[in-house]
Amino acid sequence: MNITIIDILWWFLSVVAIFSALMMVTSKNPVYSVLWLIATFFAISGHYILLNAQFLAIVNIIVYAGAIMVLFLFVIMLMNLNKETEPQKNRWLKIAGALAGGCLMLVLVAALKDAAAKEQVASVNQGNIGLIKNLGKELFTTYVVPFEISSVLFLSAMVGAVVIGKKE
Amino acid sequence: MPILNYIILSIALFSIGIVGVLTRRNAIIIFMCIELMLNAVNLLLVAFSKMHMNAAFKAGDLAGTAGTDGQIFVFFIMVVAAAEVSVGLAIIVMMYRNIHSVDVNFLNRLKQ
Repeated sequence: MNITIIDILWWFLSVVAIFSALMMVTSKNPVYSVLWLIATFFAISGHYILLNAQFLAIVNIIVYAGAIMVLFLFVIMLMNLNKETEPQKNRWLKIAGALAGGCLMLVLVAALKDAAAKEQVASVNQGNIGLIKNLGKELFTTYVVPFEISSVLFLSAMVGAVVIGKKE
Repeated sequence: MPILNYIILSIALFSIGIVGVLTRRNAIIIFMCIELMLNAVNLLLVAFSKMHMNAAFKAGDLAGTAGTDGQIFVFFIMVVAAAEVSVGLAIIVMMYRNIHSVDVNFLNRLKQ
């Protein structure tokens, strides 16, 4: 068992991702939650780079950490929620929720016991299927119809957001 | 890297998202937990795509384009998530304007 630099990076990124996800769930202030979630997204982008999926790593940073989280931050600041306002009445509900999530995790991990794919290996730091040339060729030939439909989806989402968000 | 590591990491992130949805009462944080779950699934899809590439490479496919579909799916999940966030945040803003709170305990007016 020799430890390579990839192993060290993998465990570091995993610990960062899980720790910041836990901090995101547990921090009282919504602004801190947004910042911890951005840290999680950066760790996941690091995993994408480790898997040589560079296009998705950059898109993850630009779209998630860049656009979506800024949108969340703007909404939180527009509503003046950046104070610790969460009247938590029932702590039994909290415990029950944590227990339910833990049970789900236990069941999912236990379901892996006889999984056929358990011996497989995800090739790290090699292969060119995640590069922009390969993905772009696939996206604009095989998947060109879903691509165009997603542009219609964006248009409808934009119209919907404007219609819902505007004042009466 | 064994695929089992990626599966367990994704399960952990997904379960943290579930716990957040179940325990938090702030609608925006619940929404962020949903984003976290989407990202856990994305990570697992990329790992599986690289797993298929590895298997095809060992079976003799030297061009190595097996597994591209998984990464395309991740791209489409990101597209749908962006559209979902824009509409969802608009709905949350509208609810905040109407009832001056984003606490989901007060967001039960739909049933009346």
